[in-house]
Amino acid sequence: MPDRLRAALPWLLLAAAIAIPWIAQAADQHFYIGFVRRIVIFALAAASLNLILGFGGMVSLGHAAFFGIGAYTVGVLMIEGVTSAWIAWPAAVALAALASAVIGAVSLRTRGVYFIMITLAFAQMVYYVAVGLKKYGGEDGLNLPGRSQFALGALRLDLGNDIVFYYVVLALFAVAMLAINRIVDARFGRALIGIRENETRMEGIGFATFRIRLIAFVIAGALAGLAGALLANHNLFVSPATLHWTQSATLVIMVILGGIGYRYGGLAGAAALLAFEEVLSLYTDYRHLALGIVLLIVVFAAPRGLAGLLSRRFH
Amino acid sequence: MFPTLIAEQLLNGLQFGLMLFLLAAGLTLVFGIMDLMNLAHGSLYMIGAYLMASFAQATGSFWLAVPLALLATAMVGAVLEVALIRHLYRRDHLAQVLATFAVILIADDLVKMIWGPAPRMLNAPAALAGPVELLPGFLYPSYRLLIIGAGLGCALLLYLLVARTRAGMLVRAGASNREMAAVMGVRVGRLFTAVFVLGAMLCALAGTLLGPVLAVEVGMGENILILALVVIVIGGIGSVRGAFVGALLVGMVDTAGRAFLPALLNAFLPLDVAANLGPALAAIAIYVLMAAVLFYKPTGLFPARV
Repeated sequence: MPDRLRAALPWLLLAAAIAIPWIAQAADQHFYIGFVRRIVIFALAAASLNLILGFGGMVSLGHAAFFGIGAYTVGVLMIEGVTSAWIAWPAAVALAALASAVIGAVSLRTRGVYFIMITLAFAQMVYYVAVGLKKYGGEDGLNLPGRSQFALGALRLDLGNDIVFYYVVLALFAVAMLAINRIVDARFGRALIGIRENETRMEGIGFATFRIRLIAFVIAGALAGLAGALLANHNLFVSPATLHWTQSATLVIMVILGGIGYRYGGLAGAAALLAFEEVLSLYTDYRHLALGIVLLIVVFAAPRGLAGLLSRRFH
Repeated sequence: MFPTLIAEQLLNGLQFGLMLFLLAAGLTLVFGIMDLMNLAHGSLYMIGAYLMASFAQATGSFWLAVPLALLATAMVGAVLEVALIRHLYRRDHLAQVLATFAVILIADDLVKMIWGPAPRMLNAPAALAGPVELLPGFLYPSYRLLIIGAGLGCALLLYLLVARTRAGMLVRAGASNREMAAVMGVRVGRLFTAVFVLGAMLCALAGTLLGPVLAVEVGMGENILILALVVIVIGGIGSVRGAFVGALLVGMVDTAGRAFLPALLNAFLPLDVAANLGPALAAIAIYVLMAAVLFYKPTGLFPARV
């Protein structure tokens, strides 16, 4: 029974997420539609990081770069008059994928701490490029006039409507999670996990380890770019803060908090962290202090994260 | 006019590089010997600067406040090591990143709680407030000369400590092979605490010296931490010599980039393009340097472990 419950849990969560706008409207709490939407967007970014961090063993401290590239692509295109989501969002994904291919090709030559640092260095470069975009707000960031236009022929969705945008975000997230799960279950994903455990051996068996790691890195970057495109639409604002290294660290924290290498670790971590920050901000001005203490407790009491706690209980 | 400008920027680069070295030396030793990814290193720098500001105000003397701030920060470092850091040595890098990032969050809010959110101003000692004439027609702030002198002196002392003393030998043994050093009878626990406290004091020294030049504010540690990490990765983790070379390289490249790149671009590009590109390229220069170094030497210039 518990096993069956565990298998059903993602679908139960999805059902709950679908129901949220109705509940929020019935309770007259529109705030929660935006709040859950934000969680889902960050969950997408964290899940993409979990693919390389958890399953690939690549500790990237520069994932916010791809997140930010996605956001900036949508923002800059919109200022230049390209408002269609059908152009801007794929462009965001493509640019993030291109950037991660270049960064990955150089970074994956290094190992361990050096990999952490070189991904961080590349992210800092992208950050300073964004700061240098004086035409697009520079350090102050960029206000967007509205959300992307989501229309193709007869299919016309008004993303300006909070609830419609919520469902678009949720649908994209669900598809992305399905894709990530398929990748992990496929031969490719198994090879990726094998490389995490013992790269020399996988190479000896005949796997092209560098190529497999690079492809995983690019997939993760592309998904983070999609999350960034959604975040730009959610905030109607893009700024270099999206690319700052503390944002990369926050994504890593979400993954570790949720459960590194667990399928829904990214989702669990994003939801827990954002909800926790939200609750704390109600009660104290010093929420970083409380967050820090909670993180320390996680490090020592729940090293496998929230998903790790859950799965132990269910086993 | 032009040669003095270059000389001034060279001295600025040297000064910045030496301060980076103070931070990077502690970081690289902690990293190399304990295999600890310590993001909280920048927080110790911030705490050192704040303690300096308070002691300077309380005693009214810059010279009295420096040793007080160093001692107090050393105590903070010792408490941190015993209470938390010690339990992280055997954990993986991810757990260390998470725990020390938590320390950053806690330290930032504690500082905000104790000293308030507004930046603090710290004055250079009155005797060093004015410029000195190094060459006829070449004026340079005397306080910055003091920083350069102190940085060079510290680097020399550290070199002698690491290369010529018994304690330094243990440190080098720990950096090149921790397990072997432990098996050969080095009291690793005590050594680790000592190295961490030494790193904290070096941080505090950089904080006290840079206080009058930069603003003492919450978050000052995060930005300089990244630069210090860049330095030790360029130099090779665990190598004090590497940290020294890396720090000077980063200090020079960063300062020269900011001073000369915009003007240089102006000569080749239209004015509006150059005005946009210059500062961005200058900020990126050190990261390009680091990526290039790692591309050719994936373990840095002077790897401590062979």
